[in-house]
Amino acid sequence: MSTTVSDTHSAHDAHDDHHDHKPTGIKRWLFTTNHKDIGSMYLWFSFLMFLVGGSMALMIRAELFQPGMQIIDPHFFNQMTTMHGVIMVFGAVMPAFVGLANWMIPMMIGAPDMALPRMNNWSFWILPFAFLIMLSSFFMPGGAPAFGWTFYAPLSTTYSTDSTALFVFSMHIMGMSSIMGAINVIVTIMNMRAPGMNYMKMPLFVWTWFITAFLLIAVMPVLAGVVTMVLTDKYFGTSFFDAAGGGDPVLFQHLFWFFGHPEVYIMILPSFGIVSAIIPAFARKPLFGYASMVYATASIAGLSFLVWAHHMFTTGMPTFASLFFMYMTMLIAVPTGVKVFNWVSTMWRGAMTFETPMLFSLAFVILFTIGGFSGIMLAITPVDYQYHDTYFVVAHFHYVLVTGAVFSIMAAAYYWLPKWSGVMYDDFLSKLHFWCSLISVNILFFPMHFVGLAGMPRRIPDYAIQFADINQIVSIGGFLFGFSQLIFLAVALKCAFKKGKPAPAKPWEGAEGLEWTVPSPAPYHTFDVPPKV
Amino acid sequence: MSTKKEEYSKYYVPDQSIWPIVGALALGLIAFGAGHFTIEASKQEAGYGHYILGAGLLVLLIMLVGWFGDQIRESRQGLYNAQLGRSYKQGMSWFIFSEVMFFLAFFGALFYARMIAVPWLGGASNNVSTGEILWPAFEAIWPLTTTPDGTTTQAMGWFGLPLMNTAILVVSSVTLHFAHVALEENKRKALTNWLILTIVLGLIFLGFQGYEYVHAYRDLGLTMQSGIYGNTFFLLTGFHGLHVTLGAILLIIMLGRVLAGHFTKDDQFGFQAAAWYWHFVDVVWLLLFVFVYII
Ligand code: HEM
Ligand SMILES: [Cu+2]
Repeated sequence: MSTTVSDTHSAHDAHDDHHDHKPTGIKRWLFTTNHKDIGSMYLWFSFLMFLVGGSMALMIRAELFQPGMQIIDPHFFNQMTTMHGVIMVFGAVMPAFVGLANWMIPMMIGAPDMALPRMNNWSFWILPFAFLIMLSSFFMPGGAPAFGWTFYAPLSTTYSTDSTALFVFSMHIMGMSSIMGAINVIVTIMNMRAPGMNYMKMPLFVWTWFITAFLLIAVMPVLAGVVTMVLTDKYFGTSFFDAAGGGDPVLFQHLFWFFGHPEVYIMILPSFGIVSAIIPAFARKPLFGYASMVYATASIAGLSFLVWAHHMFTTGMPTFASLFFMYMTMLIAVPTGVKVFNWVSTMWRGAMTFETPMLFSLAFVILFTIGGFSGIMLAITPVDYQYHDTYFVVAHFHYVLVTGAVFSIMAAAYYWLPKWSGVMYDDFLSKLHFWCSLISVNILFFPMHFVGLAGMPRRIPDYAIQFADINQIVSIGGFLFGFSQLIFLAVALKCAFKKGKPAPAKPWEGAEGLEWTVPSPAPYHTFDVPPKV
Repeated sequence: MSTKKEEYSKYYVPDQSIWPIVGALALGLIAFGAGHFTIEASKQEAGYGHYILGAGLLVLLIMLVGWFGDQIRESRQGLYNAQLGRSYKQGMSWFIFSEVMFFLAFFGALFYARMIAVPWLGGASNNVSTGEILWPAFEAIWPLTTTPDGTTTQAMGWFGLPLMNTAILVVSSVTLHFAHVALEENKRKALTNWLILTIVLGLIFLGFQGYEYVHAYRDLGLTMQSGIYGNTFFLLTGFHGLHVTLGAILLIIMLGRVLAGHFTKDDQFGFQAAAWYWHFVDVVWLLLFVFVYII
């Protein structure tokens, strides 16, 4: 708190705004209020969690390499599927997006920092504690949670391990972190835009995050509510989800998916923003249909509150409810289609080049669309009776989440790494990373569609012999994909240690936006005085 | 000092601060401690959970004092400008919105139980045979005084204490509004008095609420274990009570600041935030009163 009083009300000359002093040592990271530091911490944390969650996935794939029980026992297998899902959703994908938001939003709108810098640091540092608590439950009697990332009652109440309370409370603080992060984003966007940066001039990444933040604030509290009910049902004798006391386990699913479906859009809307920045840059054409992109994002977000029960077609809902949720779900495909159309039209007759960020973005457009198509199939109520809880669902959501969300995060990382680190990433390694990931991810997830349609249920450690061949292929793809990500680690480390060609302020010829007007690496403080837009 | 082209007033970006990470540590200890405490209590084992929880609460308190202290000091040094004030106000509004959604989850559970779960258990929709075979004696009424497995309780009436509490809380919103008017008009004495009155009303509300719980447990047999009626009753009123407590603490802090001479017409964010929170808690109560007690 050493800023002097006289400093603040007076206006500044541009030069003394670029005092680039930064604190040193560990304190810089522990006590920081700088959006770039916090962004970096989020990104590294998320990558660490990606590797932790990934190792759990490999444990699953190792067990499923052959039918029969080989390596781990069923209870531990269930812990693996649960923790894999929880860590990937809450520890890897969401924090990665928050990290990107932290780094980029202030620079994109010409703000000196996030609106509430101290709260920003609080949001980040909650996460390591939350995940330590979550992971510590492996060492409790009975082990970690084993009820799936969706923690359906009564699996999470009557039949859950002792450690459930740790799961609940760590979800609580994780949720607080997300809510505070989202409040920060939303307030930054509403209040910190440089003069002239009106809403319809904001880059789409900012727009999509704006809407994502709204979704987060709306649904994370509902998650907090439902974990609280799980807690009281398990430990304090309530019966929210127990018919004997007048409750209903299906109530759990309604509450969970009221959070859960908007949550999946929380994990994809920022991706839309990323891809909408990258494709125009490498097609050297402005984004086709900017305004329609904004409206499509908003309508996806709005509709996402009205589709939750498409996860529950087989719970015995009344037919009119099933129909309602089926049609609403299909309606979402319309704005999503608008987006895909716009990306393709942006590329139409563009002068395209295929740098790594563009490769990941192109893969995103194609593979995410495949995930969207399987989503439409799942949305057809009568057919979902067959697909539900099979590997087909697993294939669907991994296409949207891995080749969708994760690929877009990779694209973003390659796109902005020169800006963050000041050096160009290793081009050869990055291409290797892309091609290895692209091929292995399809070996990993595409065949899951087939075993799913053939009836292989999800979340089981053993399976019928006729699924053996495909599962072997899938497992091989899994290991290849997992180890391919280490290439990315190498690329990121090289950049972090400044091994590479120095990057110019604007390394991409066709890129647009305020972030490219500052030098690379971006100075510790940017836009202390707002730029003219 | 500022010429025409330099009208821009700098947004205050604080330097490094230890409080956020102390806050994260606090929440970590609270979550870890509360988790272990819950597990130990359910197995009636002795353990260390409550110590960790206590430590966490202590660290949280230290953090709050330190952080708000810094905040107030900076504000009074004039480091803040109108734009930062807007950030705080917007931040607080979105926080209240998140609280609304939290209560919505519990109201959702209440409506689902009343309109869907309980009627279906009684055989409504296409569940006639299921109801007959599983729980032939079960009657689907609300308040659900006899659960399917036969736990019985009595319902909490709305007349008497709850009605009085409603009046108290509504009046407290009005008195708080008067306090705000007094602040705007710079009538410090009136401000202090109205604020004290509001706090006293809040505390009376909490006292009555505590008494009502005793009454529920002792005389009505209405407990956390009495099935979905008791569950929704206690979780909704309980979380509301927790929020009143928090609101009252905020108001007490604001009273301290008022007595120390803080807040003016143009610099009153802390006061406003606490007031918004109080009005929000009041509105939640009105909904509670209608949907939990009356209907
Ligand atoms: C056109 C868009 C989409 C449609 C129509 C759609 C439809 C569906 C349906 C009907 C299910 C339930 C399947 C079942 O359990 O039987 C489902 C599951 C799922 N979807 Fe989508 N989806 C779409 C896009 C997305 C996106 C963008 C994401 C995330 C980024 C996503 C993530 C998921 C996840 C995680 C599940 C599985 C949850 C679980 O049971 O563990 N979906 N989807
Ligand atoms: Cu969904």
